[in-house]
Amino acid sequence: MSTFTWTRRKRALGRFWEDFRKQRGGLAGLVILVVAVTLAVVAPLFIDQGVTSVVENTGPRWSPPSLDYPFGTDESGRSILLMVWWGSRTSLLIGFLAALLTVGIGTVLGIAAGHFRGWIGAVIMRVTDWFLVLPSLVTALVLAAILGGSTFTIIMAIGVTSWPSTARLIRAQTLAVEARPYIERSKALGGGHWHITTRHVLPNVAPLLLASTTLQVASAIVTESTLAFLGVTANKTSWGTMLRGSYDWNAASYGAWWYILIPGLCILAVVMAFTLCGRALETVLNPRLRKAGA
Amino acid sequence: MSLLELDDVSVTYRIAEGEVPAVRGVSLTLGSGAALGVAGESGSGKSTLAMALLRLLPRDARVTGRILLDGEDVLTMKWGRLRAVRWAQASIVFQGAQHGLNPVHRIGDQIAEPLLVHNLAKPGEAGKRVAELLEQVGLPAWRARSYPHELSGGQRQRVMIAMALACSPRLIIADEPTTALDVMVQAQVLTLIKELVAEHDISLVMISHDLSVLADVCDRLAVMYAGRVVEQGPSREVFHDPRHPYSQALAAAFPTVGDPASRLAPKGLGGDPPDPMDLPTGCSFHPRCPVALEECPTLDVELWPAGDRRAAACVHVRDHGRDRVQEKA
Amino acid sequence: MTETQAPAEEVTTARRTLLEARDLHVEFASRGRRARAVDGVNLAVGEGEIVALVGESGCGKTTLARTLLGLEKPTSGTVRYGGEPLRYASRALKDYRRQVQLVLQDPMGSLNPRQTVYEAVAEGPRIHGLPDEADVVNNALARAGLRPPERFLLRYPHELSGGQRQRVVIAGALALDPKVLIADEPVASLDASVRGEILALMLRLRDELGLSALVVTHDLGLAWNIADRVAVMYLGRIVESGPVEQVLTAPRHPYTQALLSVLPESPERVVLTGEPPDPTRIPGGCRFHARCQVLASGKAAEAGVDARCRGELLEILPASAGAQAACYYADATG
Repeated sequence: MSTFTWTRRKRALGRFWEDFRKQRGGLAGLVILVVAVTLAVVAPLFIDQGVTSVVENTGPRWSPPSLDYPFGTDESGRSILLMVWWGSRTSLLIGFLAALLTVGIGTVLGIAAGHFRGWIGAVIMRVTDWFLVLPSLVTALVLAAILGGSTFTIIMAIGVTSWPSTARLIRAQTLAVEARPYIERSKALGGGHWHITTRHVLPNVAPLLLASTTLQVASAIVTESTLAFLGVTANKTSWGTMLRGSYDWNAASYGAWWYILIPGLCILAVVMAFTLCGRALETVLNPRLRKAGA
Repeated sequence: MSLLELDDVSVTYRIAEGEVPAVRGVSLTLGSGAALGVAGESGSGKSTLAMALLRLLPRDARVTGRILLDGEDVLTMKWGRLRAVRWAQASIVFQGAQHGLNPVHRIGDQIAEPLLVHNLAKPGEAGKRVAELLEQVGLPAWRARSYPHELSGGQRQRVMIAMALACSPRLIIADEPTTALDVMVQAQVLTLIKELVAEHDISLVMISHDLSVLADVCDRLAVMYAGRVVEQGPSREVFHDPRHPYSQALAAAFPTVGDPASRLAPKGLGGDPPDPMDLPTGCSFHPRCPVALEECPTLDVELWPAGDRRAAACVHVRDHGRDRVQEKA
Repeated sequence: MTETQAPAEEVTTARRTLLEARDLHVEFASRGRRARAVDGVNLAVGEGEIVALVGESGCGKTTLARTLLGLEKPTSGTVRYGGEPLRYASRALKDYRRQVQLVLQDPMGSLNPRQTVYEAVAEGPRIHGLPDEADVVNNALARAGLRPPERFLLRYPHELSGGQRQRVVIAGALALDPKVLIADEPVASLDASVRGEILALMLRLRDELGLSALVVTHDLGLAWNIADRVAVMYLGRIVESGPVEQVLTAPRHPYTQALLSVLPESPERVVLTGEPPDPTRIPGGCRFHARCQVLASGKAAEAGVDARCRGELLEILPASAGAQAACYYADATG
C-alpha cells in the first residue's frame, strides 16, 4: 500500500519537475542556488575562519584583482574571494533560518486566523495589521540593538518583523480552503480543529508556502545585508559586513571597486536566484492549486 | 427553408495526450421559428456543439463539416462577418447567470453594450430599448439602474435573456438556461422562453440534461451520447416513447410524480459515461446497454428510421423498424 | 397525478423515532438583521425511514439539515437522537458523528483533491480510532457499490466519474457505521443516467442495513423515487408533511400544489410570482399569504378564512407521521 502511494508521489514529483524545467528563469536560479549552497557547505573543507582574520592575512593591501587574488584584497590585505566564500555561509544561514522563522510564525498565525473565524481570528488579524504597519527595518534595528549582536538576534529580528505578510497570504488561502465542502464533510465525520488544519488546510497551503519561503529567503538576505550595513552585525563576516567594511574604509576613494562590487554582486546573484526560483514555483504550482480548488 | 443546418459536424480537441473527439458527425436542421432540444450528459458533446455553432470554441478545437446559418457557412466566415452574426443573428444564453454579468456595471449598460457595439442604437436611444427589453423579460424598467448583486438568480437569468434579445437575433442558443435555478423560478424562466420563441418568431436551440424540460419547451429533440446523435424526433414522442435504450434511461431518470411504476424504484443506468479519449468500439453505448446484442461491439451504427420523422441509432431499431424496441429486462 | 395508490396507513406504521427536531429555531445575523432561517420546526425521522425535506433555495432546509447534524447550534429548541437531547460538548458531539452522517451535493468538492479514495474513506475511521482500518474501508467501498474496492483505493477524485465520487463520499459516511444519513441534494450535480443508481443505492442501504435517511432536495421527483415521507418547507417552517403518496398526489397546502404544478407534464400550471421571500422579513399571518394563489383567487375569502390568512399566526405542525398541512383554507375545506 505505502509503496504504491510512494510510487504515485514519485510520479507527481516527476510531473512537477517536468513543469519546472520549462521555466528557464527558475532553472537558471536553481543552478545558481545549488552552486552557492554547495560552495557554502563545503567551504570548511578548504578554508577556515582564518581568511577573515586581520592578523593572519599579510597580503598586499588594496590590491586589484590579480592571479594571486582573483577578486583583489581589502584594507588589511585579506582576499576578497576567500572572504566572500566564507561570508556566504553566514549570509545564507541567516537568510534560510530567518525565512523559516518568518514562514513558521506566518503559517501558524495565518492558519489560526483563517480557521478560527470568531474573536480569536479577529485578534490575530489586528496584531498582524499592527506589525504590518511597523517600519520593519527600524524595528529590526531596535530589536537587534537591544538584544545585542549575534546570529540568533539577527534571525529573530528579521523573523519577528517580516511574518505579517506571510500570515495574511496564508490566511487568505486558508479561508479559501475552508470554504470547500470537504471541510464540512470532515467536520461531520468528527474531525476537530487539529485534524482539519493539519490534514486538509496545511497540505493545501503547502505549495504556496514553498514558493513564499523561497521569496522570503531572498528578502531575509537583503535585510541581513541592510542591517549589517547599518551597523547591526552578528560579528561574523557576511556579505553585508563586507559592504559595511568597504564603506568604513572608504574603498571608493581608494578606487577599490572590487571591494564594493564583489559582495554586492553576490547578494544580487543569490537574491535574484531565489526570486527566480520562487516565481517559477508560483507559476508551476498555481495552476495546480486552481485545478485542485475547482 | 431551414434557418440552421448542421452537416456532418465534428469537433476534435487537441490536447497534450492526443486528440479528443467531442462531437462526431452530427447533422441537424432547425426551421425558422422552431425549437430544438439537445439532450445529453456531461461529456456527450452537447455544449461543445452549442459553442461550435458560433465558433466560440478555444483554439485547440478543430471543427469540420458545415454549419449553415441562413445559408452561410459559419465555419468559413470572415472574422468581421462572424462578429456581426454573433448577437445580430444568433446569440447565446449561458448557464450560471452568476458569472455571465459583470458585477461592476449596471444592468442597463450591459444590455445596451451590444446595441452600441453593433450601431443598432444611438447612445441616447439605447435607454429606451433597454427598458423595452427588460419589460419583455418581465422586469421593471427601473432595474436598468441596478447592479447584478442586487438581483436574484432568476432575475439575473432574465437579464441574460434580455441581453441575448438585444439585437433581435433570429436564433437563440440556450445552454442549460435553468440548471442552477429553483423549480419555481425555472418554471418562470421556461415560460418566458416559450413565450419569446412564439411571439417573436425566434428559433431556439436549447441544451439540457433534463429531457422533461426539453420536451416541455421544444418541438424536436436530439439525444446525444459520446459525441453522436443517437436519437431524434418530435419531442413528445422521443420523451414518452424513446426508442434508443439510452434515451429510455434518460427519460426514466426524471420520474413523473404520481406514476406508480417509478414509486420507490429509481431507474438509472449502470456504468459511467465513456471517456472520449477511449471510446468503446462499435456502438459507443454497448457497455452500458441493457439490451446489447453480440454484434453491438463491432457494429457501425447509424441513425435508422424509427417512425414518422424519427430516427434512432440502435440495432433494434434497424431490425424492427417502426416496432418498439423491447423494454429492457 | 390523479391516481392514488397504496393506502397511506401502510406507510405510517409506527416506527421508533430516531432523530428528531423539536420546536427548532436557528437565527443568523444577516446584513444587520436577524434572519430566521429555521423558524419553528418539528420533524422526526424514524428507524429505517427515508424522509425527504423539500423546498426552494433559501427556505432553510440546508440550515435545518446542518443543525440536525450538530454543525449548527439552534437558537432555541432541541435536536434529539434516540430520545436524548443532543449535547454540544466536543466529546459528545464526536460520538454523535458515528450515528448521523452527511452526504453533500457536490461530490467533487466533498473530496479533498489531494487525498486518494483510501484516505478519503479512512478519514472517519482514523478520527474515531477504529480498528482494522483497511477492512473497514474495503467493506464500506463494497457496500457503496465500488467493487472490487482494490481497483479504487489509490485513485484520486479527479480520476473518478461523478457517480463514483458520490459513492466514495457515501462510503466515507458508511465507514462509521451510522444509523442515519443526512443527504443534502445527493444527486443534484450528477448526470441524469447516474442519478437513479445513487438513489437505488440509498434504498438498498435502507433495506440491507436499516439505515434511515433525511434527503434534502428541491426535486419532488426524487422524493417520489425514494422517500417514505415528505416534508415541504417554506420560509423556515414545514408547511405540509405526510406520506409521499398522500402529499404528492393530493397536496393540501397551496404551496405544495404550486410546486407540483410547475413540474413538466402537469396539466395546469400555477407559477408563483416573485422569488421566495426573505427570511429577515417573514410576513405576519400565514407566511405564504403574500404569494398564495388560493388567497389571491378569492377562494380563501369564500371559505371565510382570508382574514386569518393575513393576520393570524399558524400553529407549528407537530412531528406526526400522518398527513398534515399548515393552512387555514385546507383546514376549513377539509
